[in-house]
Amino acid sequence: MDGSQNGLIKKGYQWLDDRLHINSLVEYMSSKEVPKHSHSIFYYLGGITLFLFIVQIITGILLLMYYRPGADSAYESVKFIVSEVSFGWLIRAIHSWSANLMVLSAFLHMFTVFFTRAYRKPREMTWYTGMGLLALSMTFGFSGYLLPWNELAFFATRVGTGMAGAMPVIGDYLMVIMRGGEEVTGATIGRFFGLHVAILPLLTTGLLTLHLVFIQRQGMSEPMNWAGKKQEDKKFMKFFPNFIYRDALVWLIALNILALLAVIFPDGIGVVHWPLGEKADPFAAPPAVIRPEWYFMFAFQALKMLPAHIWFIEGELFGIIVFGIGGLIWMLIPLLDRRANENKRSPMVMAFGTFIVLFIVVMTIVGYLVE
Amino acid sequence: MIKFVIIFIGLLLFSINGFGSVNNCMSCHLDLEDEGGSASKFAKDIHSQKGLGCADCHGGDPTLDDMDDVRDSRGFRGVPNHLEVPDFCARCHSDATYMHNHNPSLPVDQLAKYKTSIHGQLLFSAKDKKVANCVSCHSVHEIGNGQMPYSSTHPSNLPATCAKCHSDKDYMAEYKIPTDQFEKYSSSVHGQALLERGDLGAPACNDCHGNHGAAPPGVSSLAAVCGVCHALEAELFEKSPHADAFLENDFPMCETCHSNHDIVKPSDKMIGTAESSLCTECHAADDGTIGLPTADSILTSLNNLVLAHLNAKQSLDEAILKGMMTTNEEFLLKEVDQSLIQARTLIHSFDMDSVAPKAMEGIAKADTIIVNSAGLIDEYYFRRKGLAVATLIITFLAFMLYRKIRKIEQK
Repeated sequence: MDGSQNGLIKKGYQWLDDRLHINSLVEYMSSKEVPKHSHSIFYYLGGITLFLFIVQIITGILLLMYYRPGADSAYESVKFIVSEVSFGWLIRAIHSWSANLMVLSAFLHMFTVFFTRAYRKPREMTWYTGMGLLALSMTFGFSGYLLPWNELAFFATRVGTGMAGAMPVIGDYLMVIMRGGEEVTGATIGRFFGLHVAILPLLTTGLLTLHLVFIQRQGMSEPMNWAGKKQEDKKFMKFFPNFIYRDALVWLIALNILALLAVIFPDGIGVVHWPLGEKADPFAAPPAVIRPEWYFMFAFQALKMLPAHIWFIEGELFGIIVFGIGGLIWMLIPLLDRRANENKRSPMVMAFGTFIVLFIVVMTIVGYLVE
Repeated sequence: MIKFVIIFIGLLLFSINGFGSVNNCMSCHLDLEDEGGSASKFAKDIHSQKGLGCADCHGGDPTLDDMDDVRDSRGFRGVPNHLEVPDFCARCHSDATYMHNHNPSLPVDQLAKYKTSIHGQLLFSAKDKKVANCVSCHSVHEIGNGQMPYSSTHPSNLPATCAKCHSDKDYMAEYKIPTDQFEKYSSSVHGQALLERGDLGAPACNDCHGNHGAAPPGVSSLAAVCGVCHALEAELFEKSPHADAFLENDFPMCETCHSNHDIVKPSDKMIGTAESSLCTECHAADDGTIGLPTADSILTSLNNLVLAHLNAKQSLDEAILKGMMTTNEEFLLKEVDQSLIQARTLIHSFDMDSVAPKAMEGIAKADTIIVNSAGLIDEYYFRRKGLAVATLIITFLAFMLYRKIRKIEQK
């Protein structure tokens, strides 16, 4: 870069600084520090999730330019996107890969926060908003799955909404509200589409802003074993530019992986696949294997394995109640794990976390093996 | 006290309910018969399922305890002999009013038809006691309708039912007709579909020969028999130059090329001028007809279409293997399949001007698939090159950023 170019950039920066006071923001960020230790790598998981969410927004907007919701147009428009629109196949492939990787990184982010017990005071609110964001991500996945209106999506949504219908008291109403009637029809696409492109992005943006504000205000959580350490024994890196640059590097690597996956496996691979296949036909026989997306598999499999009745309760209803209680305990862990606030070990919490991880992993594997 | 009242009412209701349907025939006949005898089979019989009892066919008073008393009772008809069976069954089955109360959809012309059949003619005119009557095919006390899987007249059981007599050389010896029909049928395209694949749409014996009016189709009626299912082929044949020629020479229409009971899946080898071709069995190069040149042209057209189909499929498979979006081309290939089926059907017109346009239509579609598939394969390599460039740029940027981080952190 020659001197004249440097001068031009400096002038541009000065022009912006005069109006937006960027210097003060840079000074603020430079004063912030990020703990440096053997588990520092976990700090990048949130950033990767954020990056993939941004990719989702961009590719989602591009898909929206051609996608037409409705039983008579949804499948046709997706087929048009992947076969006729220039790079349409790539946009859909990136959107689908990015969606799956975003849920994966959100799960990993949650578990690393859980096992490092970074949810402890004063970061309870960050945990709650993060849990909300994960739930929203999964709802994004569930609602987006139906939008191509193909055979597999139709029957998986019928099974998925049917399971919601097994919920106590509100189940039937919830199912009708979700489906827009008694059955999965064009009305369901309308609802899922509205949810996917308007309601969920709005909620996610709000919750994500809160989540990021909390992180910026409180900084990264220090490891628990730093509690008794002197300040000079602790290692830190500057948030700006060091951590930001590292984050950018991770984002570039993520982008590269995303590009590779999208081009080499545009329809996904193995259990993570989304071929367009045949158009949904409500009167056709269901395919031999109906399965949800991989991140719902553990719940789907567990509910399938339950007997018809447990005591006097219907098996599926019992499962949903247990999942509900389990999810609530997980969500409220900052309140329940009081020892974390005192920097004490909590074997019960760790055992609970390990059990949940094993349960999810084993049930997911069993779910795919038994098919 | 309440218990006794309930038991008393229960017994009373039971006795009232049971009173009207007393059937003492069963209690004796089951005792007298061996296990699996005809009385024990009756529960499975459609007549039993429709609420009819022994006395409805055999007459007599079923409430009597003694067999001799039953024989002497009013209306006793007993067991009919072989020659009496058709009239015995027709008492009800030819009575439209009676049948309307039990099964209005069942025809009542079985006896009339039976009398027109070879079986009926031999039984009534020649008093032949070996020829098939109603129970020979329908069984005695295990009668089911054609939809019941256990029934001897269910399509999948029917060939074996007919074969019971028609494959028995000794039994059929005096009638001087072949006994290899079942053997041939079993290995035919129809027999394999019905007996091996359970395709109930495939014809059994009665679909060609009729059932109660069973008769072998004559030379003139053969096209009508085959044409029931193969309507298009029959129509094309009727309009072809072969129709009159076959009639003049007493050649059975479909059977001449396809045979009768041992019809095999047709192949393109059946047409043309090679030795395996059926055309050469009647036609010769110097027979003064356009038979062989036409056969040769038709075969060439078909072969070209088959080859085009094969090439199109290979190109498409390669595009599919590369993970490209090929829905439209797959659909087009199905249309080529359809053209091939239609061109093969059009052979029955024995007219090159009918077959050639259909073959050309299929070849044009196959060519479109080949061109589109080649385009998709080019697109695949374009994507790979694009990926390589994008990956290089991103990797370069990542490397530069890494160097920058190292530089900052070394300060």
